[in-house]
Amino acid sequence: MASRKESSAASTTVMASTSGTLDSPVKQIQIEGLVVLKIIKHYQEEGQGSEVVQGVLLGLVVEDRLEITNCFPFPQHTEDDADFDEVQYQMEMMRSLRHVNIDHLHVGWYQSTFYGSFVSRALLDSQFSYQHAIEESVVLIYDPIKTAQGSLSLKAYRLTPKLMEICKEKDFTPEALKKASIGFEHMFEEVPIVIKNSHLICALLWDLEDKSTVADKHELLNLSSSNHLEKSLQLLMDRVDDMSQDIVKYNTYSRNLSKQQQQKHQYTQRRQQENAQRQSRGEPPLPEEDITKMFKPPQPPPRMDTLLIAGQINNYCQNVKEFTSQNLGKLFMAEALQEHN
Amino acid sequence: MSVYGPVVKIHPVVLSSICDSYERRNEGASRVIGTLLGTIEKHSIEVTNCFSVPHNESEDEVAVDMEFAKNMYELHKRVSPTEVIIGWYATGFDITEHSVLIHEYYSREATNPIHLTMDTALQSGKMNIRAYVSAQMGVPGKTVGVMFTPLTVKYVYYDTERIGVDLLMRSRVTPNRTKGLTSDLSQVGCSAARVQDMLTTVLAYIEDVLAGKVAADNSVGRFLMDLVNKVPTISAEDFENMLNSNINDLLMVTYLSNLTQAQIALNEKLVLL
Repeated sequence: MASRKESSAASTTVMASTSGTLDSPVKQIQIEGLVVLKIIKHYQEEGQGSEVVQGVLLGLVVEDRLEITNCFPFPQHTEDDADFDEVQYQMEMMRSLRHVNIDHLHVGWYQSTFYGSFVSRALLDSQFSYQHAIEESVVLIYDPIKTAQGSLSLKAYRLTPKLMEICKEKDFTPEALKKASIGFEHMFEEVPIVIKNSHLICALLWDLEDKSTVADKHELLNLSSSNHLEKSLQLLMDRVDDMSQDIVKYNTYSRNLSKQQQQKHQYTQRRQQENAQRQSRGEPPLPEEDITKMFKPPQPPPRMDTLLIAGQINNYCQNVKEFTSQNLGKLFMAEALQEHN
Repeated sequence: MSVYGPVVKIHPVVLSSICDSYERRNEGASRVIGTLLGTIEKHSIEVTNCFSVPHNESEDEVAVDMEFAKNMYELHKRVSPTEVIIGWYATGFDITEHSVLIHEYYSREATNPIHLTMDTALQSGKMNIRAYVSAQMGVPGKTVGVMFTPLTVKYVYYDTERIGVDLLMRSRVTPNRTKGLTSDLSQVGCSAARVQDMLTTVLAYIEDVLAGKVAADNSVGRFLMDLVNKVPTISAEDFENMLNSNINDLLMVTYLSNLTQAQIALNEKLVLL
């Protein structure tokens, strides 16, 4: 993701004169219909399989709202010279868009996800570099599988200020996290999204409704659920396995630490006893040796991965619960329908 | 010169992109033009993307920034290598002489480009979205002209696009044209409401036919038969069993995910002790 950091830094120099840094965080996101359609199209055409597709969001900040007015997709990372191409591609794209009066202010990025698995180190790093450079940036997560089931799934996330601090320090030890009291719920904050269309687009929509056929697939009322549940649970199990491994690691660390404490304690006691004996015999006491040099403290394992895994598990559980609640409703509806038969 | 079958399939992204670039046009420009990208099949052309190209138009001359168009096409090609230039669009009501010149330029880029017009100024009260292909006409050797023959325009959607467009449609009825994204059971409710609306329309039609106001249509009658037979007749016991097992599955999964969430929350607290 180093290229992305460069590109965002480069883009800030481009727009430094036009944007000011606002202190107020973003309370609401307003997206234009065009952006939604573009994101859907990008995934549909280029993102089949479990590849993530990414792109840049353009827009502007109005009071405490972040308005996203346009977006453009990133090409996939297929060639080896992808790094250089990315920065150049972005620069050229934004320059060209400026010519046609499209907002060229970089306000965030979007990414597609597979069954809700997006809480990863890469995402965190990217979002941190974006948010560091541009105060109000967000990451839009588009879930195509959930959307295909009937309702557009688009969520906007930002890193909480607490997490920003931690990332800045790059200090992921347990003590630092304890001080900041970060739990997995405090990692990302979700910003509510509102979709807004201009009057012209509304006119277009009325026209479209006239001319196009009624949707014949009501995916949302589909009763089959086992496939989706299976995949979600599979991913959840993988994550829980990762989590348990991590917990084992942490347990061994804390056991080692406490063992070492004991050893240190014993050593100091023996030293004191010896010194006392020597004093009673009239000999000079042994010098106090540096204990820390003798017992090297074990490396505390970085807790960032654990946080991420916990956040991911939380996300999966939320998704599963939402899905099951919808399906329960549908099942009861089917029951009502059957009763009249 | 190959002539395409008379169907042009357009995705909604293209149309809203054109509207957006019209709204952002420079001062004094009465219309915007741009390139259309898409794929060509045997009997139809599918327009999937577009970008606007800056141009200057005055009474007697028209200047199009061709470098820009080429650059943008290269950039777009990197993201979707399957899209090719298939034509160009212009907003406005009619085809002007300048359009002929621009069309000539585009025929250098693509074989037999199509020209799409969209009336964004809503001169006739509707957004006439039309597509044309140019054809030579006139007396060969003497005055040769170009005639734009219209093609049929269809709107196609991917499934996910359809869902997106449905959501956008719902946003146009609220007073300030905004719509939040709902989640959970309310969506199922909305969907069910829509099906209910459709059923009421169908019922109204049936009432009319029974009252003799509207002539009965056989094909509609066949569809109705299909509809009624779609609800499967299962014995009450079997249905109970199926329903219960499904509900049990769902409840179990809900319980497990709640348990997992409680577990990680506990783990968190223990670590932070």
